Amino acid sequence: MNHVVQCEKVTKIFEQGLIKVNALTDVDLAIEKAEFICLSGPSGSGKSTLLNMIGGLDTPTSGEVYIDGEEIDELNKSELADLRLHKIGFVFQAYNLIPVLSAQENIEMVMQMQGVSKKERNEKSSAILEEVGLQGMEKRIPPELSGGQQQRVAVARAIVSRPSLVLADEPTANLDSVTANKLIDLMLQMNEIHKTTFIISTHDPMIMQRSKKLVKLHDGRIIDIT
Amino acid sequence: MNSFLLIFSLAWRNLWRNKRRTLVILLAIVLGVWAMIVTAAFMRGMIFQMLEDTVDNLAGHVQIHHSQYLDDPVINNSFDPDSHTISRITHDPRVLMWSDRIRLPAVVLSERETTGITMLGVNPARESKISFIGKSVVEGRFLNSSSDTGIVIGQALADKLETRLGKRIVLMSQDINNEIADRGFRIVGIYDAPLDPTEKAFVFVGKETAAKMVGLKGAISEIVLRLHDTDMVTPLVTEMDQLDHTIDVMSWLEVEPYLELMIQMMDTSMFIWYLIVFLAMAFGIINTLLMAVFERTREFGLFQALGQKPRFILFQVWLEAILMIIVGLLAGNFLSWISVMATGDGIDVSVFARGMEMINMSNIIPFVITFNDLMIANITVAVLGMLTGLYPAWRASRLVPADAITRI
Repeated sequence: MNHVVQCEKVTKIFEQGLIKVNALTDVDLAIEKAEFICLSGPSGSGKSTLLNMIGGLDTPTSGEVYIDGEEIDELNKSELADLRLHKIGFVFQAYNLIPVLSAQENIEMVMQMQGVSKKERNEKSSAILEEVGLQGMEKRIPPELSGGQQQRVAVARAIVSRPSLVLADEPTANLDSVTANKLIDLMLQMNEIHKTTFIISTHDPMIMQRSKKLVKLHDGRIIDIT
Repeated sequence: MNSFLLIFSLAWRNLWRNKRRTLVILLAIVLGVWAMIVTAAFMRGMIFQMLEDTVDNLAGHVQIHHSQYLDDPVINNSFDPDSHTISRITHDPRVLMWSDRIRLPAVVLSERETTGITMLGVNPARESKISFIGKSVVEGRFLNSSSDTGIVIGQALADKLETRLGKRIVLMSQDINNEIADRGFRIVGIYDAPLDPTEKAFVFVGKETAAKMVGLKGAISEIVLRLHDTDMVTPLVTEMDQLDHTIDVMSWLEVEPYLELMIQMMDTSMFIWYLIVFLAMAFGIINTLLMAVFERTREFGLFQALGQKPRFILFQVWLEAILMIIVGLLAGNFLSWISVMATGDGIDVSVFARGMEMINMSNIIPFVITFNDLMIANITVAVLGMLTGLYPAWRASRLVPADAITRI
């Protein structure tokens, strides 16, 4: 199995009192290394739920999810945390950064949790800040950065420790079109340079157009892959 | 180590994220710690003063009597002060000073009144060093020698007997043949003791004069010892009490058992007080941390998404509580120290002085901070505070990342 991600018959049912909602139904998906994939679909189609399953933030009701060939259902909370720490980077729609840490500290946080030395952290964070065009803003805390700049820091943090996979949930939803375009440029560039796999859930047609693979979801099922 | 530094840095910065809220709860901790320590210092001061007054008030640290004396304090229950055992005790290096006494129940008669008292036949040179009498004679003089034929009585007794300095009074007691012995004494001094009951109860005469009056030849009723340190009392008493079965070596706690009871009662009251203060504090700590956890739910979800293990999240929130408690303890201890220093020799409670005399206390209460009291107050706040902080921390660590991240 050479896939970075493999989902087999993944089903997720949320129970709200007596009502059961099928967020995902029998989803099969295989993603290879260095792909740049977009999950699209209307609200409630299951995009975020699928990303949460792949990222190990939630567990499927049935079916299996494999990351680099490892079945994540088999892992306990601590092992899941380790998997996310070493193999997966996340970019969320908002509230992406820790407000009490500076841009550089936010980027170094994951490496610090991994036990990377201070010198190496400094070198890598400085380099990635330059790559995402935020040199000179190392010491700024999130409230002192614009929305676009904060998302750049989030992308930098997601890729700085070279994970095999980056999951981005509606990363441009709170950005204007120019800033959103720049962010996508950045992610594509990271995908090209570092061969990092990106899975992005979005409503944004511009991202859909620029993605290399488009997975369409509707009512919790994959209806098309182009 | 890297993770710990990160967690420490996050905990410290998050503590000051909402400065006003943190300062309010810190103020509560500081005041709580201050109230604990200052109250303990006041109560310990009361105990200290009570002990000092008791020791000064004739009891000393250790008393030696004939083994039957406390059951029947008559003249026949006396002992030889020159025995080898007594010599060994009085020469022990732990003994700071000592005084030998003939102590007898007696009746005093003036021209107008009669009352029961305790007659103390003393060696004035030794007695004036060990008990209050050395600095309490306010009219006339103290006794010059053991063979002085004068008598020194308390101001309150003089008032009661309607007599005064220079007048004669008569003491009656029982001699060694169980006959009535009496003798007239001229009042050569009047003393003013810290406590009125003492003034009414004790009269001082020369030891040799008293011995002649009751026919005692060389024997005495008691020896009172003052040691270098109260901690030496129990070991010395335990050791010396086994030397000779015809004498009793007793600590002041055995002589005045209600004092030990009061000390125990104060210790218990202090601990209950600590718990009450802490309970008030605990609600503040829990509330502050739960608010912080609630406000930062998404952040905890993000931490988990980025790979932070639940136990690190628990430790991060717990560390916030610990840091808050440490800062509160430091400030509380400092404030307590300043407060106690500001009181100087103590506070005057003369408004209540009459009531205080009932429990052997004078009217200036010093503030006494002991290492043990400091430790108990600090450990109570630290340990219970840390336990209190565990609940909000546990709540934060139990969040499901997918839910936490989407929580509004």
